[in-house]
Amino acid sequence: MSTPIVLEARGLVKRHGQVTALDGTDFEVRAGEIMAVIGDNGAGKSSRIKALSGAMIPDSGELWLDGARVHFTGPIDARRAGIETVYQDLALAPAMSVAENLFLGREHRRTGIAGSLLRLIDRKRMEREAADHLRALSIGIRSITQAVESLSGGQRQGIAVARSAAFARHVVILDEPTAALGVKESGMVLDLITRVRDRGLSVILISHNMPHVFELADRIHIQRLGQRAALVRTNEIAMADAVAVMTGAVAWPATLQPKSV
Amino acid sequence: MNVRRLAFAGPLVALLLACTFFALQSPRFLTGANLSLVLSQVMVVGVLAIGQTLVILTGGIDLACGMIMALGSISMSMLAVRHGWHPAIAIAGGMGVTTIAGMINGLLVTRIKLPPFIVTLGTMNIAFAITQLISRAQTFTDLPPLLTWLGNSVRMGNTPIAYGALAMLLLYALAFVVLRDTAAGRHVYAVGNNIEAARLAGINTNRVLLSVYMLSGLCAGAAALLSIARTGVGDPQSGQTENLDTVTAVVLGGTSLFGGRGIVVGSLVGALIVGVFRNGLTLMGVSSVYQILVTGVLVILAVATDQWSRKA
Repeated sequence: MSTPIVLEARGLVKRHGQVTALDGTDFEVRAGEIMAVIGDNGAGKSSRIKALSGAMIPDSGELWLDGARVHFTGPIDARRAGIETVYQDLALAPAMSVAENLFLGREHRRTGIAGSLLRLIDRKRMEREAADHLRALSIGIRSITQAVESLSGGQRQGIAVARSAAFARHVVILDEPTAALGVKESGMVLDLITRVRDRGLSVILISHNMPHVFELADRIHIQRLGQRAALVRTNEIAMADAVAVMTGAVAWPATLQPKSV
Repeated sequence: MNVRRLAFAGPLVALLLACTFFALQSPRFLTGANLSLVLSQVMVVGVLAIGQTLVILTGGIDLACGMIMALGSISMSMLAVRHGWHPAIAIAGGMGVTTIAGMINGLLVTRIKLPPFIVTLGTMNIAFAITQLISRAQTFTDLPPLLTWLGNSVRMGNTPIAYGALAMLLLYALAFVVLRDTAAGRHVYAVGNNIEAARLAGINTNRVLLSVYMLSGLCAGAAALLSIARTGVGDPQSGQTENLDTVTAVVLGGTSLFGGRGIVVGSLVGALIVGVFRNGLTLMGVSSVYQILVTGVLVILAVATDQWSRKA
């Protein structure tokens, strides 16, 4: 019943001086699933994500994408390989329009000599495609040309997620996507994440918010002390137990070791 | 989009109000000859302000552009007069010098990670000193005609318009299109908006920053040529008023000093506002000290309006 593994990490190690952020840890995400990553502060969540998104180069360990070994030397490498990341501190340009933000760094040029020689951008095409894309994800924005700073926090997060979904070919990584949002706006973003998954993309969701994790995720990766403490199906564990494992209050039963999932 | 249009409308309204005021004060103000004079008086600051706008849009500042311009005008005239180079090559040499000066600014900002304010404060003094040293603080006269060619005028009706003023308008049109309609131009805004977002979006932010400082140097080279054309000499003391007047023009033109917001044509409007005030007050017989005073008040008003409109 399982879909193939899209992105896999084996034995990642990262040390910062005396501190060990990643201690030989594994990770996997399958095609079309939402994999939540939970862990206490300092458990190595953000180091793990940075290693997957190319923002940090691990000291040792392997990354496999779609069955092939990959090496990322920067975020651009990961993006080229089809992994898009939405960072917690919203990587949007506030005074620029929604369409411009969607295509930032990936602008379409006009056809013919206007594009090749004069290097003019095709604003109309980008605005049209941006509008189509947002509509397909049911993100309600009044105008594609309005500045991002005029949007609500939830709408901005929606734009950031939509951008990653537009360009990702394999995996979308979301770092605390609902952290700064109210209840209603969180709900909007959670729906959006489901729609991204339904398009066949894998989603890695890093979150502190247990109800959100349990509402959305297909599986949960519990990170503790730089290692994977457990990998479980969301419907096979109670929220309280997950938190207990995360904080180290409970040892994990042998029957639910990661390999059994 | 509406906000952007409004930000541009403000300076334009201010310019029209100033013109109306001076037209009522002096019958000579609205004559073609006088307006053409304003354009000629503004062209040096105007061209420098293009480079200043690019730098300020990235969230930086170029306090050295006027001094780099002086270095460029001395280089050009010295190469042509003292070393007898062909004037065209002397001009290219002077522009090369100013572009390299801009590149040094850019490298200090991107490689050594120093704040633009400090970097250009330093290079401002260095450029000034080098200019005085190589020129031995002497003005170069008897320049070949090619160096002053931009000072010639074309007659439009009865009004003579300097080639230099037309060149300035052309450069503004070019900068406007590049900033609005090319990826490189949009990346200048992106860097000023949120440099981390730009980097994560795959933009080589260091290359953008290096480019704007180099372009500011190139603009200083073009301004040097205009300055020579206007005065007919290579003057080591030039560029001192223009240096900070560029910041005034950019701010009056509605570009935010925090970066990421503004329109380059606004800087032309800003430069014209300063030019119109100086010209109009001169026509009214007001002493030049008051002109400087008014310029100061204008800048503070412009920044205050900018802050206030963003809060509203």
